[in-house]
Amino acid sequence: MSTLISLIVSGCATGAIYALVAIGFTLLWQTSQTINFAQGEFVMLPAFFMLAGMNMGMPFWLAILVGTAISVAILGAAFKRALVDPMLRHGALPLAIATMALSIMMKEGVKEFYGAEAQPFPSLIPAIDLHFLGATISTQSLGLLAVGVAAVLALQYLLNSTSVGRQMQATAQNPNVARILGIPVERMVMYSFIINAILVSVASVLVTPLYLAKFSSGETLGLAAFIAAIVGGFNQVRGAILGGILLGITDNLAATYISTQYRSAVPLALLIAVILFRPQGLLGTAEERTV
Amino acid sequence: MSTQRLLTLLGLTLGVLLLLVAPFWMSKYQLYVVSLWAVMSIAAIGLNLTLGYAGQVSLAQGVFVGVGAYTGAIMTTNGMPMAAALVVAVVLCFAIGWALGYPALRVQHHYLAFVTLAFSTLGYLVFRNEEWLTKGIYGIVDVPRPMLLGVQAESNLRFYFVCILSLAIVSFGVWWLIRSPWGRAFVALRENPIRALSLGVDTRRYTLMAFAIGSCLGGVAGVIYAPLVEFIDPSPFTLDLSLKLLMMVIVGGSGFFAGPYLGAAIAVLLPEVLRFTEGYYLLIYAAFVMILMIISPTGLLGILDRYLTARSTRKASAARAALSASFGDQT
Repeated sequence: MSTLISLIVSGCATGAIYALVAIGFTLLWQTSQTINFAQGEFVMLPAFFMLAGMNMGMPFWLAILVGTAISVAILGAAFKRALVDPMLRHGALPLAIATMALSIMMKEGVKEFYGAEAQPFPSLIPAIDLHFLGATISTQSLGLLAVGVAAVLALQYLLNSTSVGRQMQATAQNPNVARILGIPVERMVMYSFIINAILVSVASVLVTPLYLAKFSSGETLGLAAFIAAIVGGFNQVRGAILGGILLGITDNLAATYISTQYRSAVPLALLIAVILFRPQGLLGTAEERTV
Repeated sequence: MSTQRLLTLLGLTLGVLLLLVAPFWMSKYQLYVVSLWAVMSIAAIGLNLTLGYAGQVSLAQGVFVGVGAYTGAIMTTNGMPMAAALVVAVVLCFAIGWALGYPALRVQHHYLAFVTLAFSTLGYLVFRNEEWLTKGIYGIVDVPRPMLLGVQAESNLRFYFVCILSLAIVSFGVWWLIRSPWGRAFVALRENPIRALSLGVDTRRYTLMAFAIGSCLGGVAGVIYAPLVEFIDPSPFTLDLSLKLLMMVIVGGSGFFAGPYLGAAIAVLLPEVLRFTEGYYLLIYAAFVMILMIISPTGLLGILDRYLTARSTRKASAARAALSASFGDQT
């Protein structure tokens, strides 16, 4: 029982990170039909910006701010302008291929210019073990969960209760009608790229202390984000958090109770089952098929 | 048009001659690289059938190369001939590919991409974990090279010809297939599935077929790959291989017959050409792919195709202008 509790809590914590990454992923898909195969690398890179900042003598908090700003500029604005905009009208597949190439480029770039060794990364939250009903729970897990949930709530608020958010939703649902209603569609799409850049930066700060900063650390995270996004529902922010946490818990429980060899197979089986039996995701609404 | 056909024929003859004559002057390593190109071309041709002609996204072609390679390695190390391994691999990949086609009947585009992506990762886990069958991470060593028509294809040079011959047979088969009514049904499926259905094309059957046949060719590539490298372990068959094959098809030009050959050539031979850049070749390749996708989403052959279409349109409009001018003279 006590192991179960600590497994569930730490599963929720990693799940919260998956959710952050997954939300960014679905935002890009909704506003611009971008399937970002580099999403995992998008989480890997900000940590290296921050490390570079700290190597130049910045304090940790300043490095985080500067790293996030650089990420917004490069992974948000430059990514959209240079890669997504010219390819939007050609459909989703060439753009997906381009993001695959981008992910190779980011991995190789970090490996060439920063080295292949894993770098330690300071943690925002001190790691203290708490004891609750006999289970050991790390403050890091609780902190991750809190920051993750806070970020999702803030995003929910932004999307549902502010004018900009409503305009973004309108853009996602029907760009043509949104344009007719006078919504600056282009700017809304840009906002979603910027929000994605901020989300991956937050995820990067949260996850890197656990897994260290390494050029290949985005691979599993990217896959987890895809799965979380689809399991939860591709067109719902709430879906992504449910999908992320469900995935985090399943992953942890499968590793402990089923088999460590096939732990990564369980989420994939979940993914295939959801796609086959409920393609719109657990919380999603069905998308209409166009002829 | 006929000069274009003549040029194609000339290029083809030159290419074949080069592939037949050049190996006698190639080093062991160069032979290996060109043989690898032939193997990857076969796998990419299969994916081009599924993706380029039938329009079904698959991120699992690498698994089929793996299934083929393991079938070949397991059977030939147990003393069975390569031909038997080939038959088993083809049947196995056909069945798995057929089954993988079922999700495509329900979901499309990015969902299909993710189902196949998940399948790809699952396949790798099976290769790695089922040690009783695949020997796990230790791999299968000393995969023997086959005996064909009474000739032992042991030397690198002889095995090179096995690879090239296989590529030739596969190329001819696929060329015949896409010119048959089947090929046209595949294209109909890609261009407009609902219209194809309303015209009486059994889209359900052809979707499954597109997956099954494309996967088979992945299996064929795998059976040849095993004796080429003589050592099979799970590491080459990760999701990366599937993504690489997908990039080959798209870079060359999906839906063009020559696309996979060109794409495989760039992916396999370019690293050797760019050897002098040391570690930077993947960076250069990635940048090249991104720029290519921005300039021409239909790949390298897409550029050529557009140029040729533009030229023939220009010619046609010039001819029209001349024709109307001559009519003008008469009146």
